[in-house]
Formats: sequence, structure tokens, C-alpha cells
Amino acid sequence: MSSQARRSPSPSEVGFSTVSRRQLLLGAAGIAGAGGLLAACGSSSKKAGGTNSASTVAGAAAASKLKKGTGALSFGSNYSNDKPKAAVQAMVDAFPNKDVKIAINTTDHNTYQDNIVQYLQQPDDIISWFAGYRMRFFAAKGLVGDVSDVWSGLGDLTDAFKKASTGDDGKQYFVPLYYYPWGVHYRKSLFTEKGYTVPKTWDEFLALAEKMKTDKLTPLVAANDGKWPQMGMFDQLNMRTNGYDFHVSLMAGKEKWTDDRVANVFKSWEKLIPLQQEGVNGRKWEEGATALGNKEAGMYLIGTFLTSQFKDQAVIDDIDFFAFPEIDKKYAQDAVEAPIDGFMMAAKPKNVDAAKEFLGYIGTAAAQEAYLKIDPSSVAASSKANTANYSAIQKKSADFVAGAKQISQFLDRDTDPEFASKVMGDAIASFLSDPKTITATLKTVEEKKLTIFKK
Amino acid sequence: MSATVAGGQVVSEGVRERVATATGRRRPIRWSRVVLHTFLISTAIVMIMPIALAFYASLRPYAETSSRKGGLFTFPKKLSFANYSSAFKQGDMGRHLWVTFLIVVPALILTLLLASFVAFAVSRYSFRFNLVLLMLFTAGNLMPQQVIILPLFQIYSRIPLPSSISPNSGHLNNTIFGLVLIHIAFQIGFCTFVLSNYMKTIPKELGEAASVDGASVPKQFYRVILPICRPALAALATLEFTWIYNDFFWAVTLVSRGNLRPITSSIKNLSGQFLTDDNLVAAGSLMIALPTLIVYLILQKQFISGLTLGANKG
Amino acid sequence: MSTDLTTAVPRKRRRRRYSQLTSGDKRALGFMTGIPTVIHVAFVTVPALLTIFLSFTKWDGLHGISSVRFVGFRNYWEIFTVFEDTLSAAIFNNVILLVFLFFGPTLFGILLAYLLDKNIRGTRVYQSIYYFPVVLSLAVVGIIWKSVIFSPGQGLLNTVLGRTKAGHQIDWLGDSHKVFSFHIPFLDNAIGPSKNFLVILAAIAWRHAGYIMVLYLAGLKSFDPSLREAAMIDGANEWKTFRRVVFPTLKPINVIVVVITIIEALRTYDIIAALRAPLGMELISLEVTKNLLGEGGGNVGRGSAYGVVLLVLCIGFIIWYLVNNFREEQT
Repeated sequence: MSSQARRSPSPSEVGFSTVSRRQLLLGAAGIAGAGGLLAACGSSSKKAGGTNSASTVAGAAAASKLKKGTGALSFGSNYSNDKPKAAVQAMVDAFPNKDVKIAINTTDHNTYQDNIVQYLQQPDDIISWFAGYRMRFFAAKGLVGDVSDVWSGLGDLTDAFKKASTGDDGKQYFVPLYYYPWGVHYRKSLFTEKGYTVPKTWDEFLALAEKMKTDKLTPLVAANDGKWPQMGMFDQLNMRTNGYDFHVSLMAGKEKWTDDRVANVFKSWEKLIPLQQEGVNGRKWEEGATALGNKEAGMYLIGTFLTSQFKDQAVIDDIDFFAFPEIDKKYAQDAVEAPIDGFMMAAKPKNVDAAKEFLGYIGTAAAQEAYLKIDPSSVAASSKANTANYSAIQKKSADFVAGAKQISQFLDRDTDPEFASKVMGDAIASFLSDPKTITATLKTVEEKKLTIFKK
Repeated sequence: MSATVAGGQVVSEGVRERVATATGRRRPIRWSRVVLHTFLISTAIVMIMPIALAFYASLRPYAETSSRKGGLFTFPKKLSFANYSSAFKQGDMGRHLWVTFLIVVPALILTLLLASFVAFAVSRYSFRFNLVLLMLFTAGNLMPQQVIILPLFQIYSRIPLPSSISPNSGHLNNTIFGLVLIHIAFQIGFCTFVLSNYMKTIPKELGEAASVDGASVPKQFYRVILPICRPALAALATLEFTWIYNDFFWAVTLVSRGNLRPITSSIKNLSGQFLTDDNLVAAGSLMIALPTLIVYLILQKQFISGLTLGANKG
Repeated sequence: MSTDLTTAVPRKRRRRRYSQLTSGDKRALGFMTGIPTVIHVAFVTVPALLTIFLSFTKWDGLHGISSVRFVGFRNYWEIFTVFEDTLSAAIFNNVILLVFLFFGPTLFGILLAYLLDKNIRGTRVYQSIYYFPVVLSLAVVGIIWKSVIFSPGQGLLNTVLGRTKAGHQIDWLGDSHKVFSFHIPFLDNAIGPSKNFLVILAAIAWRHAGYIMVLYLAGLKSFDPSLREAAMIDGANEWKTFRRVVFPTLKPINVIVVVITIIEALRTYDIIAALRAPLGMELISLEVTKNLLGEGGGNVGRGSAYGVVLLVLCIGFIIWYLVNNFREEQT
């Protein structure tokens, strides 16, 4: 059971209404790589991403099985930055059942994650969280509630999302709200002005960075406050250098961190350090956004939630992203990192009915559209979401993810939580602070990994 | 001993000065004095600087200070308390201050009360385990809090409470009651120690007079001893108020619900939420520090005497 | 009644014997000592003992007590071998903190106390100013220093050094580069003080000096001045007087100052936690709480092992303090 689905949903699975057959087949190829247990989850390549109509009808019938909630409902939110906070409020306000009084408890984003297990001891009824290994980990420990009956009414979410929301025991524990890809963001106007072109390969990327340097720009934004943002860089470099399968296997603790392949990742990374902002470990990602905003820096590897930081619409419209450059032709730019954010229910909620009804609401297009109206930096999970008003970046994100061959969630969502927070966070921060120590660090990481994954 | 102690006064350099002034002669400028005062004044400046800077920063909008060369050290175009009201609102400080009040006041009163109980019993009556008790309490207070937190957290998570006291968790953690309890348990040591030393200096005879008059132990305590201890209690109250108010650790570990946290522990949330706006953070921090500063300014004497009572053995 | 109400109470206590009390009184005394003792023992003493016990177990802290497994010394083995870089970094930082507190703010506080003990002008004002940082929580101190002194964009340090422009800023609190490092034979990783840790020591010192100053002033005030005058008149200069006469007589205060400095060094947590414990600022106290209910479901056993390390480091001094303090009681 523990080997099941260390991988996150493959591409076609994270689809939406414009999925094409060609992409379905590509998706099938992705799934075939995973264990047979996936089939047991109730989905297979046959059903992937298709037949909306049938599931919607079934969904509507099932939805009525859920009881109507009343009374107070507590909502634990980690959407602490301005726009996301307002967006969550809008989503809550649009909840049709007015008998339910929802109290939103917002905690600062980083603090929420740092203290998650403590929080799960006495959580709110609705818990903000992400898909991936960590969600399954909590489910396996009995820390969150089974919401499979909510899923029977969520016809607008593809089986891919369902799989991403399923725990090791086959039940669902999570309802997705949106997803967003990670990419290298840049200012279109800056590129036009300086005559830059989007790089496709690693060498082109480095050359562009050098050119930016001579143009007196900082080529790369670098932020790592909270010890998680730079994990994104590791994921991209690893998937490009060693391929998606190796990455998944490494996350599962099945590969040696002292392996040469891992060392190569850091060798490439070392080349980036002179090209990025100084003081990476002390900079918050939001502060990095400012650098891109006033055109002091040229490129920023980050999730598309970047745009939620800017108030000026002109700036937001000027931002675009490209896929992380290819390093090894064998792996090209196949893998995409696209985390899914959503919500869970407490293991013993005080208001079960209202909680489940609310979660059912979140999985619908209505809720997601309400959210994205205020903070349009991500893509709705629901296939029925109205994409007509999607911004350029949202449309690009959706296509980008749909066209991916493999999808990862993010290092700290894809691996053992203790390993991610206690070992990798420090290891990466220490590497960024002093690249020369990486060999010794990797040795320690491997030792700790053995201890942690043993349990 | 050639102690030229004139009428009990200390014979030191100072006396020569005073004698000099008394006889009308001008005091010569002593360079050692100048050096001394320069040193002391510089130290004072270093001590005040961070707070003064924070105050100055808090009155200015961040957009202004961050965009100019010289940052904070520029003349202000605009001075206002806007940062304070923003910090208060966004940091939900009203709520946190109320929670703090609900924790500090009961904890303070009960700690002093219970500590004076033990001090009374230990200082005026001889039991065999008096010493053991005192040592136990003192050791308990000296230990770093981190030594006991893991089992304490587990104990707190597993003691069930009626939902009237613990609406959130049903257990001792995530409750104001729980925080009050641990403050009492932890601070009792220091207060008992100080109060027992103080009570030892109260003459035996007072107690004996009362008991001859037929007063029971509790009456003696309440009518005779406690009033006499008022200075010590006042001193301890100011100290304890500051320590309990400043608590960060217990609140952060034993309460995970943000809206139940007292104000000092909410500071982590503050700096996380306010991101890059240093002036806003400065305003928020100063507001959090304000109550203890006020208490200090008004009750400085009690404060210092509280510490000295603890330092000296009466 | 008695004539000696004004004299000092003699050492030998003439205490009312317990047996002479009424049963009502005995009950009252029982309550008065019993309730506080129960509270203290239940929530302080018992957890301290449990920490020792738990350090020999493996438990995720989430499931019931029945899931606790006894594993002997494995936790200690882990923290001393697998996680040795964390432990060694933490212990090293604690040691730096301790040594720094001693030779920096503690000595400085004693100096200030001594200087202010003379009746110079403005001594009250100086005392007020030096002491006020002590009433601030260390967490608040950390945040204040971070926003106005260490701030990369507009803080005091970077402004004075002219390094406020983006890209040229010195990241005081984030820079975990080791100022110097050395290898200890059985450790794989080099250890050394990180820049950001050294920098935060300033904020801690700012507060600690005043604390020590007040304690020492109290001691000095109770010091019989005639002794000092006698020594000075006998030809000793100020430093000699202090060293030979004042300092030794102040032994009780010295013990207190030493113990407080050590406990403060081991107890430091708030300021680092408020700054989000960046890399380079490891401390043993932080390692304990990382295992409280960690992300990975916690490892109460390992956390307790760190707690025991902390306990072992301070227990000697606590005992020293108790012995010193209560010796007179026993006579």
C-alpha cells in the first residue's frame, strides 16, 4: 500500500474540457509507468479525462444524497496574502446555503505549514491543504476525514483529480480548488525591449542570463525564505537532468542521494548561483516578485501564483512564462510541476453536514470561478469552469499542463513530510549558502533519509 | 581601623566633592568624571536607539522610506499613526489583547495567591519537607521550558475537559485555561522562593500574638501576614505581569489556534503577514511592547525591587 | 510583648511545632501547601521525568499511549550519529551564546552596576534606560531589531554601510555562511559560527546587560560600604578593592548571575523562533520543538532525547545554585 501512487496524476488526468484525444493517449503512456494499484483506485486510462456528461448526471443525483448543513462552520485558511485572502472571502460569500455561518481563520502561509501536524490535532472543520504524498500521509494517520460521499457528487472533476485526492486506502480525503504550473516567468516588454528570445535549451538559458548580466540586469530572481521556494528549482533541474521517473523514485526514498545523478543536478545548479540575486535564503518569494515588477531582474522560476502579488493590471498582463529549459534531450521539457491546492475535512468535524456540503460546493465551477475572479493566477480544477474570461496566463497554464507528459506536485508535497521539512529544506538552504559543502551535505541527507523512510 | 566615617557617611571621592562644595570652592572638572559620563551616555544611546528608530519608522509610510536613499535616516515628508491602525486591524490585535488579558490576570492573581500559601506554610511552620519543597519549586522554575514541553504537550492533549471550558479541542490544549494553568505551575517556584524569604523576616511574635488571640491559620495568613507582604507582592506582581505577558513559548506550543493566542506569540504571524513592510512591523511590535513598557515606567521601583528580592535573600 | 521586634531574626528559627496546631489548622496548612505542590509537580516535575523516560522510546505523538515502543538508546544513537550535524551545530551555537553572554553582556552589566552604584548624577535615569530592554519579550526584541537594524533595504546597518540598493544588500539574518570553521575528529561536517547567529547575539546582549546590571546593583547595595572604604583607605585602588573585597563578598550574587546567564543561554528560543529559525541559528531548544509534532508525524522519542541533552547541560548548575542557596537553611 505504501508504494501506491508516489507519483501524482499524469497529464491527461489533470484535464479540463478541451482535452484532446491525442493528449489522452499521451496520458495513458504516463499512467502505464505507475503501479498496478492505480487501477484499483477506480480509474484507468480508458476513462481518463473523458465522458463528462455521464458523470455529471450521476453527480447531480448523488449530490442530493448529502444532507443540508446548518449552523457554524469553521474554515482554516492559509491564504494569507492580500489577493488570495480576498478571493477566499469571495468564494465563501458565494456559498449558496446561507444557513451555514462560516468563520474563516486565516494563518500566515508559512506558519500554517510549519505547524500543520500540531494544527491537525484540533483543526477547523475545513482545512486548507494540497494534493500529494503529504495529504495521503495525513489520511493514513487518520488525521483527516473521509469525504468519498462528497466525491460522488463531484461530477465536474476528472478522474485524474479524483485520483490525486485519494488516500492509500482508496477513499477520498481532499477536494481540489485549483492548480497552477511552475515556470520561468519574465516581463514580455523587457524581453522585447532588450531583444531577448525565450530559451529552449540549457545552453541558451545560460547564454541569455549572461547577456542580461551585461545589460546590468540581475538574470535570476532568487528567494528561499521559508526554505521551500528553491525546492522548485531542484525539481525542475532533477526532472530535466534525470527524468521524471528518477525524480519520483528519489522522492519515494528509493534512490541514493549520493548517486552521481543527484550530484549532477547540483553541479548544474552551481552554475546558476552567480547569475542570481544575492542573499537568497533571506528573501521571501514576494520580495522576489518586486524585483521582477520593477524590472531589476530578468527571470523568475516560480508558480503562476506570482501574478497575485501585483496590483497593477498592466504589470500582470505583461508577465508571461516559459517552460524550464531542456537539459537532456531524452527528457526534453516533458515534465511539468503543477501543484494542486484544495481542502480537506477534519477527522472529527464539529459540523459534519455543513463541512461536507461546503466541500461539495468547492469542487464546483461556481466556487472556483468566484475565487479566480479575485485572484486569477491559477486554473480551476472543475472541467465546467468558465474559461472564457481566463487571462492570457491562465489559458497558457491550462494548455501548458494539458500538454505535459508527466506532472509532479512539488518536492515538499511529493515526499515524506519529515524528510522534506527537516532534511531537504536545510540541505538546499545550506547548498545555496555554500555550494562547496554539497558533497558532505548529500552524504548526511542520505543517512537521514534511511532513518526517516525506515519507519 | 582608620575609617573616617563622618556621621555614617561614606568616605569616598564623592565626599571630597561634597566637602568642597560645602565650603564654597568650585568643583574642578574631573576628567575621569567626564569620561565616565561620556561612556554612560553612549551606552544609553545604544540602549535607546533600536526603540527610537522603531518608533520613528512606525510613523512613516514604507513607500516613503524604502524608496529614498538613506531610508530611515531622511526627513519625513509625512508623519502619521496610519501604520498603527493598520497593524492593529490586520494583526487582529484587539482580539489578542483580550485573550492576553484573560490569561495574565487570573494567572497573576492565582500564582501570587498560591505561592504565598506555600511561602507562609514553609516559613512559619517547620515541616520536615520544607526544604525539599522549596528546592523542588526553585529547580522547577530554573529549568528551561523546552525540557518539559514534549510530555507536557501530550498531557495537555489528553486531559479531557468539558466543552464549556474547552470549546475547540475538548482537551486541555488550545484553551486559555490551559495556559493559565501552566503559567501558575511554572511561576510558582520563583514567587514562593521570594515570598518565603520575605516572610521569614516577619517577626514570629506577630503570628504568635494573633494565634493567642484565637485566630486560625487561615485568618493569621489573611489578616496578619498578607498585608505585611504587600510590598513584596506588588514587586512580584509587576515582574510576573511582565513575564506572563511576554510569554511566547507556552502560547506557541500549547495553542495552535491563531485566534486563541495571546499577543506576544502573535508576533510571528505579524511579521509573516506584513511581508516587506518593515515600518508596519515596527508599529505592530511597538504596540505589542507597549503594555510592559507602560507598566515599567509607572512601577519601576516595584519592578527592580522584585528582582532584588529574588536576588538577595531578604 | 516581646522586646526584640526590631532586631534581626536569629538564624535558628523558633518555629511553631506542627503538633501544636489544631486539626483545623493542620487541614488548612495541608491545603495551602498541597494544592500548589500538586499543580507544580503535575505540570512541571512529572513532565521533566517523563522526558527522560520518553527519550528511550519511539512514538509519533499522534496515536495513543499504547503505541509507545521502547527502543533503548536508539534515539541517542540517532542524534549523535545520523543527525549529528544538527546536534553539533546546535550545541556549538549554545556554547557560543553562553561564552558570549558571559564575556560580553554579563561582564558589561556588572561594570554598569558598579559604575552606577556610586552616587553620580543621573544614576537613576541611567538605570532606567539600561534596564528597560529587559521588560521586552525577546521575541519582540528580535522583530524590532529585524525591522529597523537588520532590514536589508533600510535598516541601520545597511544604511550606514551604504549597502541598501537591491542586489548589493547584506542579508544579515539570512546569511548562514560560517565566519570560520573547523573540523572535529569524529564529525563529518565542519562546525563554525554562522554570520547571522553572531549578528543576532547583539540583540540578545542588548537585553541581557540590563538584566545582569539590576541583579548586581541589588547585591552591591546590600554590600557594607565600610568594608570597601576600609580597603581603599588601606591603599588599594578601585580595581584591587573590587577584586579582593567586593567581588568575593558578593558570592551569592555571583552565583545567581552565573546561573542565570547559563540558564538564559540554554533557554533562548523566543527570539530565534520569532525570526523563523533561519539556517545557521540552530539551538538545542529549537531541536526539541521541531520534534514536538513534526510534519512527519513527530518523533517524540528523538525530541525527548534533545530535551534530555538540555537537561543534562543545566542540571549541574541548578544543583550548584540550590546547594549554594539553601545551605544556610540547613543550619
